[in-house]
Amino acid sequence: MPNYRMNLLVCGGTGCKASGSSEVVEVFEKEIEKAGLKNEIQVIVTGCFGFCEKGPIVKVTPDNVFYVEVNPEKAVRIINEHIIKGRIVEEYLYKEPVTKEALPEQSDMPFYKKQIRIALRNCGFIDPENIYEYIAVDGYQALGKVLSEMTPEEVIEEVKKSGLRGRGGGGFSTGLKWEMTKKSKSNQKYVICNADEGDPGAFMDRSILEGDPHTVLEAMAICGYCIGANKGYIYIRAEYPLAIQRLRIAIKQAYELGLLGSNILGSNFSFDIDLKYGAGAFICGEETALINSIEGGRGEPTVKPPFPAQKGLWKKPTNINNVETFANICPIILKGADWFNSIGTEKSKGTKVFALAGKINNVGLVEVPMGLTLREIIYDLGGGIKGGKKFKAVQTGGPSGGCIPKEHLDTPIDYDNLTKIGSMMGSGGMIVMDEDDCMVNIAKFYLEFTCDESCGRCTPCRVGNMRMLEILKEITEGRGTMEHLEELKELGQIIKDTALCGLGQTSPNPVLSTMNFFWDEYVAHVKDKTCPAGVCTALLKYYILPEKCVGCTACAKVCPTNAISGEVRKTHVIDREKCIKCGACMATCRFNAITRR
Amino acid sequence: MAGIKSLEELKALRDKYKENIIGRDTSDSENKIRISVGMATCGIASGARDTINAIIDEVSKEKLTNVVVVQSGCLGYCYAEPTVEVRVPGKEPVLYGNINAERGREIIKKHIKNGEIQKDWIIERTFKNI
Repeated sequence: MPNYRMNLLVCGGTGCKASGSSEVVEVFEKEIEKAGLKNEIQVIVTGCFGFCEKGPIVKVTPDNVFYVEVNPEKAVRIINEHIIKGRIVEEYLYKEPVTKEALPEQSDMPFYKKQIRIALRNCGFIDPENIYEYIAVDGYQALGKVLSEMTPEEVIEEVKKSGLRGRGGGGFSTGLKWEMTKKSKSNQKYVICNADEGDPGAFMDRSILEGDPHTVLEAMAICGYCIGANKGYIYIRAEYPLAIQRLRIAIKQAYELGLLGSNILGSNFSFDIDLKYGAGAFICGEETALINSIEGGRGEPTVKPPFPAQKGLWKKPTNINNVETFANICPIILKGADWFNSIGTEKSKGTKVFALAGKINNVGLVEVPMGLTLREIIYDLGGGIKGGKKFKAVQTGGPSGGCIPKEHLDTPIDYDNLTKIGSMMGSGGMIVMDEDDCMVNIAKFYLEFTCDESCGRCTPCRVGNMRMLEILKEITEGRGTMEHLEELKELGQIIKDTALCGLGQTSPNPVLSTMNFFWDEYVAHVKDKTCPAGVCTALLKYYILPEKCVGCTACAKVCPTNAISGEVRKTHVIDREKCIKCGACMATCRFNAITRR
Repeated sequence: MAGIKSLEELKALRDKYKENIIGRDTSDSENKIRISVGMATCGIASGARDTINAIIDEVSKEKLTNVVVVQSGCLGYCYAEPTVEVRVPGKEPVLYGNINAERGREIIKKHIKNGEIQKDWIIERTFKNI
């Protein structure tokens, strides 16, 4: 094996691939070949570094230099300067947004400073398509330890002691879940990995599967050993082609090395894993609907109990865990429950991966210990709000979650605190909103999503959510009344209490939480018929400010409906009958003489 | 690929491939010994590539995990290339000149492993970092 003196770690996650990391890899390989350094410098395509905002990411080791936004031209220069001559190319480093100082080392970057990586430990470090890389970082050692030194009861005890809770949203104790499934008597049991990640803006499970697929396979086998199952399924959405491809490669390699299949590592434990594809229905992330979907039925939930731990797939006891939950298992086995439960808060142990999206400077993936505040995540790691605007709210928990206003920015994040302030952990999506976002409109957006994704089985969800959406439409179009607001609240509460599954029971959350925290905005829409953020077009009115208008006629020329009139060098006026509120005049005016409110 | 039959085999496989990973691990880098080889044009022309590869080979043969080997640019000592600087945390950096592959290996064996600074090869530092 050649002894490489340098590694170029290039991110091959979906985000960086979309910004062209594959071409960068090609250039690197070509240039290294040309320079005759093929046996000295190694290019490795890794999983996600999390810093998607500045992709494609290239990390040079052992120098520990972190290049951002690399393209083929920059790649050539990095080879010629840094790799051949040992000179760091300063212009391509990440620059601290405030001081504009170039930060060469990854550990200097605020984005990485507060992160503790457990679930993402190998993402951006190993080549996910090469099982030997995973083996080199203690891969399959946890499975080996469990099979040769521990009884299933001991493993379950360790997982229980670690305090690990389900990372898919519910937050149920993972160890307890395993124990329940173990206790169910049956000749056949199953392990399912829920990789049906459906929250808008959430992509942590995808990144784990793309960057470190073997850790999920290994944890599933450990779970199988504990509960007495020899068959596992990964239910993954077909929209994740790269994750599917890497999983397939990983499964094939694990079989070839005998780390899956029969008599793993010389023991009498056998375990098989198959992939099952979902068609991208949000409801199939709900465990009973997911099971129906695997069985070939409609993706509809069923009433619990019986829980899957008693009667799951093909009516057999089944343990379902989310991808991120599984990704925490191997470190717990190898480093011990006490190590894991020393991180986090009293009732939420370990770390959580969050996907930062929306109006935030550093869009990307972060893994932080439980108990960090929202402010730390948004301002320290996330780099604050785009364009220096004001923070308004952060949406967590996806369509089932709620919006958290700035009063609660200092809340330490864990399962219980988020529930207390009317939101939830969910799968870890975090969508940041600024002063230009209308909260009524945001609530409407999420409700539209739930209406689209409701399976239609129970009336509260199917009909109730549609009625709520209709009311929100009335409000955003200027026909709302105060009675509407009362109705919204009442309907929301009824749906919460009566819907069949988790989707329906949580679907009113975005509406209820925005009504709770941003009541004034709702009232403004209803009483004053205005949208304070200037988003709901039906409520907007455009005005020309006489003191600023110089009469250049630019706006009159660009108006598609000829709604603006006025003589040259004199103040123009807008005819509101004709105005269609397209905003073209405001975009054209060079004197900031047009406003809307 | 042959199947792995036991935990011992798996561990052996891990140790074999671990070498490939060591250079990538940048955690705790401030506490590691940093060896930098001058690899500008003059350094390369004087054989710095052989030197750095010999050093890396020796580091991995000796299984030294607390050593980071990097290349640096020109330090201005063209008369003494290849140059090698050894920075042990908490100690004054030592700068060696005219280090060929053979001497590179000696530095690892004597200076890094046993702490014996090779006085004969040291060149005078003629600048200060401010």
